Amino acid sequence: MFETWAPRAGGRKSVRTEAPATRLALILVAVIFLALFLLAPLGVVFTQALQKGFGAFAKALADDDAVAAIKLTLLVAAIAVPVNLLFGLAASWSIAKFSFPGKSLLITLIDLPFSVSPVVSGLVYVLVFGAQGVFGDWLAAHDIEIIFAVPGIVLATIFVTFPFIARELIPLMQEQGTVEEEAALTLGASGFHTFVAVTLPNIKWGLLYGLLLCNARAMGEFGAVSVVSGHIRGLTNTIPLQVEILYNEYNSVAAFALAALLASLALVTLGLKTFLEWRHGDALKGRAGGRQ
Amino acid sequence: MERTGAGAGTLGLKKPWRFRAPSVLPGFSLTFGYTLLYLSLIVLLPLSVLVWRASSLGFGGLYDVATEPRVAAGLRTTFSISFAAAAIDVVFGLVVAWVLTRYEFPGRRFLDAVVDLPFALPTAVAGISLASLYAPNGLFGAPLALLGVKVAFTRLGILVALIFVGLPFIVRTVQPIIGELEVELEEASATLGATRAQTVWRVLLPPLAPALLTGFAMAFARAVGEYGSVIFIAGNIAYVSEIAPLLIVVKLEQYDYAGATGIATIMLAISFGALLAINLIQAWSRRRFGDV
Repeated sequence: MFETWAPRAGGRKSVRTEAPATRLALILVAVIFLALFLLAPLGVVFTQALQKGFGAFAKALADDDAVAAIKLTLLVAAIAVPVNLLFGLAASWSIAKFSFPGKSLLITLIDLPFSVSPVVSGLVYVLVFGAQGVFGDWLAAHDIEIIFAVPGIVLATIFVTFPFIARELIPLMQEQGTVEEEAALTLGASGFHTFVAVTLPNIKWGLLYGLLLCNARAMGEFGAVSVVSGHIRGLTNTIPLQVEILYNEYNSVAAFALAALLASLALVTLGLKTFLEWRHGDALKGRAGGRQ
Repeated sequence: MERTGAGAGTLGLKKPWRFRAPSVLPGFSLTFGYTLLYLSLIVLLPLSVLVWRASSLGFGGLYDVATEPRVAAGLRTTFSISFAAAAIDVVFGLVVAWVLTRYEFPGRRFLDAVVDLPFALPTAVAGISLASLYAPNGLFGAPLALLGVKVAFTRLGILVALIFVGLPFIVRTVQPIIGELEVELEEASATLGATRAQTVWRVLLPPLAPALLTGFAMAFARAVGEYGSVIFIAGNIAYVSEIAPLLIVVKLEQYDYAGATGIATIMLAISFGALLAINLIQAWSRRRFGDV
């Protein structure tokens, strides 16, 4: 991808790079900075989780509350991710394949959850569904619990993971245009058949990429979920919330055991993401520069 | 706008009263309607409840919340440390991006993948891991304590956590621009007798400035809202190391909805300000440097 600008054999220096000493110094600065600020925190998660041996680690994961937290996290992701997938497909189809006024405003609005603090994301749902919220009295009268219960956690998770899939697919589908779909329709395919047989294969890698990021965030979200959860052990604690409780109780091994689970998820996500970028980079093209 | 964008049938007649340009592709009403409905229910309505609650406070009420001594201290802490962290990230992010794009060395691909770690690692995991790393008996905390530097449970701890979350924003925004720098300019500069330092400072860095500013604004906005990775290492001492998002949580725990809403509104205003700044920078850089 990038050429090396090494000095040429004849001893003539290339004008396009720094002196070897400067180069080495800059590489060292970058490597040391990344090692201290990014790799060390990652490593500590696993060393702390295994500080009392593998037995203690496994025991912490088999704990009832831990298992409940893992189940709840899986449940929340199993709802939030498909719901946002459906939205992402609908949004990208309507935005990328048609032209209408106000498109860039719509895209900005879809990106909105990224610029809202997680805590504020939780707060807005408390203001809508909480005891003193807009629907508070009505919900209480009908005995429906949203805040401090699972529905609130699901809603807050949907909010924070809202843009992930749509923002992966919109630029990708815009790049691909409408020619292939038009050909399929002209040849007599139905609209749905066109989508499944023509559009979907074209966007599958971008779709997978968006799903990965969406899922990682859904399972790892802390701030938003923390505000709406109520922290009831065994009932409304997702893995990150259980990590917080255990850590504050100085139960370091158990806290880091669950944290190691999340860190492994992050590593798998990063690995797959890097693989997709390397192997299917062209299929992901059309993606806008920054990722978040 | 964009009337002539998507392909078929737009040739002759343009009907100004049509909302979207004609197209043979099916499914616009369905997907567009679903997009608007879902966006409104999940994002726009909850956020407008926040704005509505804040407007019932009025400017006077917002001012009262913001000048409450503990809140004022929290806002100052959040904004000043977020600014410092984003500034430090600009310096090191530039070095990391430069080294990863321009130099070839063993482990470069691995480090490139590592840069995304703060995006992938759940904030609570980063939080407890940084806290234990910099605790007085931790891997980094112990040697630092010998030097008389306390990081965990001080404002320095908040700085470390915010440097962690902000780094990828700078690297990922600047990296593509470094890759696109024009070889000819660099060679011309050297041919005209500039030293390498002069070329870097006066030819290579100026085109990177808009990307650096954009990255800075993104890292700053993210840092202002960050909760999970900060609260464990901050120690949360009132008037010293409490961040604004934490104060929202504290207010909610005291059922002070007005206070929580007030802080949230101030934070939202600042992050939208940052978003606006990003858009202005990008518009300006497009005018100045072409489409980058």
